[in-house]
Amino acid sequence: MNIAEKEQELIDSFSIYDDWMEKYEYIIELGKDLPLIDAAFKKEENVIKGCQSTVWLHAEKKDDKIYFTADADAIIAKGIIALLIDVMSGETPQTILDSDLKFIKEIGLQEHLSPTRSNGLVAMVKQMKLYALALNLKK
Amino acid sequence: MFNVNSIREEFPILSKKFGKYPLVYFDNGATSQKPNFVIDRIDQYYKEENANIHRGVHTLSQVSTENYENARQTIASFLNAKEKHEIIFTKGTTDGINLVAHSFGALMSLGDEILISEMEHHSNIVPWQMLAEAKGLVLRYIPMTTSGELDLKNIDTLLNEKTKLVAITHISNSLGTINPIADLIELAHSKNAKVLIDGAQSLQHIQVDVQALDCDFLVFSGHKIFAPTGTGILYGKEDLLNKMPPYQGGGDMIKTVTMEKTTFNSLPHKFEAGTPNISGGIGLGAAIEWLSQLNLNEIEVYERSLLQYITAELSKIEGIRFFGTAEEKCSTVSFLIGEFHPYDIGTLLNQQGIAVRTGHHCTQPIMDFYKIPGTIRASLSFYNTKEEIDLFIQALNKAIKMLS
Ligand SMILES: Cc1ncc(COP(=O)(O)O)c(C=O)c1O
Repeated sequence: MNIAEKEQELIDSFSIYDDWMEKYEYIIELGKDLPLIDAAFKKEENVIKGCQSTVWLHAEKKDDKIYFTADADAIIAKGIIALLIDVMSGETPQTILDSDLKFIKEIGLQEHLSPTRSNGLVAMVKQMKLYALALNLKK
Repeated sequence: MFNVNSIREEFPILSKKFGKYPLVYFDNGATSQKPNFVIDRIDQYYKEENANIHRGVHTLSQVSTENYENARQTIASFLNAKEKHEIIFTKGTTDGINLVAHSFGALMSLGDEILISEMEHHSNIVPWQMLAEAKGLVLRYIPMTTSGELDLKNIDTLLNEKTKLVAITHISNSLGTINPIADLIELAHSKNAKVLIDGAQSLQHIQVDVQALDCDFLVFSGHKIFAPTGTGILYGKEDLLNKMPPYQGGGDMIKTVTMEKTTFNSLPHKFEAGTPNISGGIGLGAAIEWLSQLNLNEIEVYERSLLQYITAELSKIEGIRFFGTAEEKCSTVSFLIGEFHPYDIGTLLNQQGIAVRTGHHCTQPIMDFYKIPGTIRASLSFYNTKEEIDLFIQALNKAIKMLS
């Protein structure tokens, strides 16, 4: 699946639920499948700034594709980062840099996260792109 | 008898709904909602009275000046200040504290000491740290006990001959603790120290009489006491305010300006440079007028019953930990449940129409004391009800179930 297809799949999954409490239940479920970060990378420099809860994110390049792992101390933050990883992991650095992640808006995630948390979401996306940029340069 | 339903009818926002969920507003510690009396007063100001104050000969300017100054009088009476000009309009608590740090700070010198506490809001820490840094002063902290009360064991060394100012919160915003400020003021005065009371969390709950208390300064924010944002009051004793240099320079605070020198206006204008928040000040006057006609004793009793009820109901939840279990408390509860992150709980409560605050509440030293990143805080006002507490507990149990 390409990135647009993965996004569409998430949009479809979310559209089944009409109550936001159910959508949150789904986000919490997604968090349980999060590709967990190796304990060795759970350190200060991998913490995403701008999140109210602590989120750790790590990226690796394999065969020109980037793979993310993460963890968070809050369950919902774990679900959100899992959503993003679901879409971004396994893509080339350039695809990640070019992504506009329109699914965030379509799902209505931005409005439903408190402003500070939504900043966390922005910070997560920014950090993923920064990793892509850095790993792209590192041939 | 205190009738919460008729009070609620005066606050239009309280009937708001989010989908099927009615708003349950338990974030009064952050800011209060506004009654029609205040909203209408501001509306009337802009529709019928708007003009700049203290400068025009025309009728509107005279009307707005009079209304603004009447608001000052209402506030002076409410606090039982001796003089109306001891009431300085500010932007809020933070602004008031910064004013005192600047202008009372100007009277302090190398080696002088300031005493605050471990449970202060950042607004009552940072200005003193900056002042201490700039002038070589010593900043000391009264520690806290695990119940969230001031630990006065070593007060005799903390508060000493070098102490020039004690700046202390009346009520802790994170824990709800009501501090024994009357005793502290007496003790400070016995060492010739002045006292600033941070009343940001207190005037909406308890009556404060500045003469009876004998505090030297009292600061508070309008927005937490049913008035508009961007308003606040610094009360200061006249002789002290007269000794202090102005805070900001500009219009309104001067008597004469020549290119060589300026002579300053008298109190209160000396500390009110520039066009103030006129509608806000009048709105603050209206809020205090509205509050004054309520029976504050009944309110205190009612709020205590809310505190007892919410504490009892929360206590039934498995794994609950309360932060702030002082004997004397206002209607604020801070807690954590098991290992759940406060943001998870806060987010899921929000989805169910419940507004609470999560995080460190601008009191990081308190969180460091308990070694936690933050808490969930429900801060109730007298327009809240037991039915809302039931909704809150129901929503909380649902959130716990989802996160488990
Ligand atoms: C105890 C205390 N002090 C100071 C402040 C700061 O008030 P403001 O932000 O209105 O200036 C607050 C507000 O949360 C408070 O609770």
